Amino acid sequence: MFFGTSFFFWLIAALGTLVLPWHMQQDGLTLAGLFALGRGEAEAASALSQAAQFGRFWFWPVIAGLLLALPGALPSGDRARRARFLVWGGGLGLAALMLQGLAVGIQGWNWPVLARMFGELEDRQFGIGLGGAMAFAGFLILLTDGLALRGYFKGDRFVSGAVGLLVASILVFTAWPVGTVLSEMFTPRADLTLGAAMAERLFDSKIWGLGCVTGRVNCGVFWNTLLLATCTATAATILGLCFALIVTRSGFRAKKLLRLLTVLPIITPPFVIGLGLILIFGRSGVFNQIAESVFGLELGRWIYGFNGVMLAQVFSFTPIAFLVLIGVVEGVSPAMEEASQTLRASQMRTFRAVTLPLMLPGLANAWLVVFVESLADFGNPIVLGGSFGVLSTEIFFAVVGAQQDFGRAAVLAAIMLVVALTAFVIQRSVVGKRSYVSMTGKGDVGLPTRLPPPVRRVAFAVAIPWAILTVVVYVMALAGAFVRVWGRDWTPTFSHFERAFALEWSPAGALIFSGGAWHSLFTTIQLAAIAAPITAGLGLLASWVLTRQRFAGRTALEFALMLTFAVPGTVIGVAYILTYNLPPLEITGTAVILVACFVFRNLPVGVRSGVAAMSQLDKSLDEAAVTLRASTFRTLRTVVLPLLKPAIVTALVYSFVRAMTTVSAVIFLVSAEYEMATVFIINRVINGDYGLAIAYCAVLIVLMMAAIGLINLLVGRRNLGRRAAALPTPAPVGGRA
Amino acid sequence: MTYRPLALAAAFLLPALPAAAQGQLNLYCSATLEWCQPIARGFERESGIRVNLTQKSTGEMLAQIRSEARNPRGDVWWGGTGDPHVAAGEENLTQPHESARITELHDWAQAQWRQTQGRTVGVYASVLGFGFNTELIARRNLPAPRCWADLLNPAYRGEIQMANPNSSGTAYIIIATLVQMMGEEPAFDYLKQLHGSINAYPRSGTAPITAVARGETALSLSFVHNAAEEAAAGFPVGHAVPCEGTGYEIGSMSIIRGARNLPAAQQFYHWALSAPAQIIASQEAKKLQTMANRGVPLTDGAPNMATARIIDYDNARFGASAERRRLLGRWDREVGALPR
Repeated sequence: MFFGTSFFFWLIAALGTLVLPWHMQQDGLTLAGLFALGRGEAEAASALSQAAQFGRFWFWPVIAGLLLALPGALPSGDRARRARFLVWGGGLGLAALMLQGLAVGIQGWNWPVLARMFGELEDRQFGIGLGGAMAFAGFLILLTDGLALRGYFKGDRFVSGAVGLLVASILVFTAWPVGTVLSEMFTPRADLTLGAAMAERLFDSKIWGLGCVTGRVNCGVFWNTLLLATCTATAATILGLCFALIVTRSGFRAKKLLRLLTVLPIITPPFVIGLGLILIFGRSGVFNQIAESVFGLELGRWIYGFNGVMLAQVFSFTPIAFLVLIGVVEGVSPAMEEASQTLRASQMRTFRAVTLPLMLPGLANAWLVVFVESLADFGNPIVLGGSFGVLSTEIFFAVVGAQQDFGRAAVLAAIMLVVALTAFVIQRSVVGKRSYVSMTGKGDVGLPTRLPPPVRRVAFAVAIPWAILTVVVYVMALAGAFVRVWGRDWTPTFSHFERAFALEWSPAGALIFSGGAWHSLFTTIQLAAIAAPITAGLGLLASWVLTRQRFAGRTALEFALMLTFAVPGTVIGVAYILTYNLPPLEITGTAVILVACFVFRNLPVGVRSGVAAMSQLDKSLDEAAVTLRASTFRTLRTVVLPLLKPAIVTALVYSFVRAMTTVSAVIFLVSAEYEMATVFIINRVINGDYGLAIAYCAVLIVLMMAAIGLINLLVGRRNLGRRAAALPTPAPVGGRA
Repeated sequence: MTYRPLALAAAFLLPALPAAAQGQLNLYCSATLEWCQPIARGFERESGIRVNLTQKSTGEMLAQIRSEARNPRGDVWWGGTGDPHVAAGEENLTQPHESARITELHDWAQAQWRQTQGRTVGVYASVLGFGFNTELIARRNLPAPRCWADLLNPAYRGEIQMANPNSSGTAYIIIATLVQMMGEEPAFDYLKQLHGSINAYPRSGTAPITAVARGETALSLSFVHNAAEEAAAGFPVGHAVPCEGTGYEIGSMSIIRGARNLPAAQQFYHWALSAPAQIIASQEAKKLQTMANRGVPLTDGAPNMATARIIDYDNARFGASAERRRLLGRWDREVGALPR
């Protein structure tokens, strides 16, 4: 097969270097503009043309790398010799490509040291475009091919290419921007030296203070954040487990409804939950007014601060825990439980000694995901925090607030990273290296065991009131879309929808989208739909590489993949404009930066759900396929992927939904052409126009539910060959493809 | 080498505008969208120049302009509280400009322009005051506050909200105003006494007045126009301008250093200072701020800067980042760290 050979990738690199325009074209790319050899204008020309015609000498090393790789890319010849050419050629191409991009910018030399060595450069260049991107991809694969030929990654080209792709994308879209923003930590402040400024920012009592233990003073934000995240993660994991157990292992009738209900909070822009809670539990809220009139109790402002933020976060993140756990609970093999019961263990003992331990990695994953989500959450603390500050809000206001101290924001971001990473390390050591495999290739038949009665009672007692409370919060919040002034004038009206989504017919008979919200809605759906499959694909590829392959630096890769998750959106947003507003990758104001932001911010969830699902799949399944001479790629496609359908659904749903509901990261990245729904909504909220904002949210919620149904339909369910006697007719959620 | 046209990503913004457009302008707007849009459209009608509008809060916009400093994307930054504009000027992110209309402006607007060496000019002003929930006050038999001194009334204990000055420019203006009115030591004594009555210092400057509107707190220290906007939305919110006098913020305008469309930016600057441009605010956006051009009549219900006792706010001193850091540090040590 030609597509997939090293020579094919050499051709891609050659196309990018020799023929296609190297830089990004300001007015978009036309078909005629694709052939960029011998153009009259340097910026529209290919790298070869620029080097030969316009004296841009810095492209010669790139072209040299291309030529050097050619003998290795041709299929004939000695393996060791080919490997040498590929590694050196690909490596030189990559290094030259990146170095020239970083060294030469829009004002000539980017580094003063080069200007001192070579004198001022009279030329300049802008960000790379199609040609540069293709050359980068081509060189990367040539390099990984060479490494595989040398025997790394057990000589498997697919694995080495996958690792190369992951490492490169993490370096470009995570490590680089995060590094840029963290280096701001060292910006000196006017009146202080570098060291003193650092020390003052780092050992601030507002971060580490313990005043709340001894007196009525606020504790440092570090302790606030830690306490909040721990409580939220624990509560949300327990709730998520209850829901997951009820949905998969009980005869509860309204299962589907429960599934829907728990997904609701995840598809809601965060401030809606906060405002809904204020309407219920606030000082003038329904709950307090009842308490006051019936019992004469004045409850006051208890919702503001730790209590309220935690409540809102548990609302927001229980569905995430639920989404992670449902795949896990489904994946626990009934055969083991049946074995336990055959050995006369009681239901309760089976649950405690077999089911629960098998779910441990899933529980730890869910806990970690929620913990990190809580760390990075911005919407709930800002609405309900009152005087209670956490790291994410402190960072936001360090950047945009009255202090305008970027260094402080960088220090706080670094602390947040350390917390997230510590949690990650602890989780790994707890779950450890034990085996949780329960899905093997052997006949895996059995009915999922019913929950033991005590567990069932607890699960229902916890989950049902929570579900009811969720409904109430939503009804209260969404009512805002249908009344005149939310929380004040409850006269029903549709005027908010009219203002947002008005449609008109032009005299010519064409449809005009005259409502104010259409533009941002279309953009949002489009970008979310582009980002979701990329996130899911990359995430599952990463989880497969992480669980199935052993290579040096695997832990480092896993760690790097989780990194963006721990960085709050605001930091990512600022990091992205700091990094990508300048060549070599000049993508601010385009759709690319938004899609990249969505993909790399949501990648960790794809990875985590993939890892959780994958650690339940016995490796012998892959080995059987490989023994039957299937290629690695084919094994992945025909054996692993179908068994991962729940994880795929989770990753797709989560990334799509998150792309539609993120606020803090995109607020710096939107432009007039690419406006996101959430930013539009936040602007309405800041303006006090809750009606339109909530009407828009309601439309988004309906849309996302439709999208979730569609994704379920397209991916389908995994068929585990277990008897389906528990259900009279198989009725998968969302139907079957 | 051919010179690459200046606007890069901006060329893609708002593609579907009339072909008759003569050039373009990237307008960074930090007022509300209701205000930004009529301003942008008004200038388009007037000049035929295409306006690409980006709207963000002042702090976010400053963060963005700073990040883009080496490759600016915006041309003019219009609206939003003055301190970040002054800070941008200090950091050399904006450039000085003089318009012939500078003499048509109120004294406070001209003063800001002079103090910043022409980098920033005032376009409107908002007065600082109190907002209160009329229903809640009546229910608890509290007097409506009139003066700064009234707030120390023990009856208000646990009923007042003010934003956290570390994060909110509004709260910083409150501190700066008190320091200018009372002197630094008495001002901090006052803030310490007030601390006992305050139930929360939320992070955002508009959070206290939102809480007042929804009955979550009785009183807030806020801009008067914010209180009036909540009242206009149907909430039981009253407002007062303190009897001892008060400070104000200046909504400002600056031209961004390295603007790619400098002539268009200068044309906008000139236009935005004119009376017809500033009437847009009161007529189309229904804003209660006082406009900088003397020829603009006051909107109904807006506080009159001429009759209210407005202090002579020293933007040069209190806008400077060193003084700001000193005052905020002192507030943190002496007020924020006190138990409640």
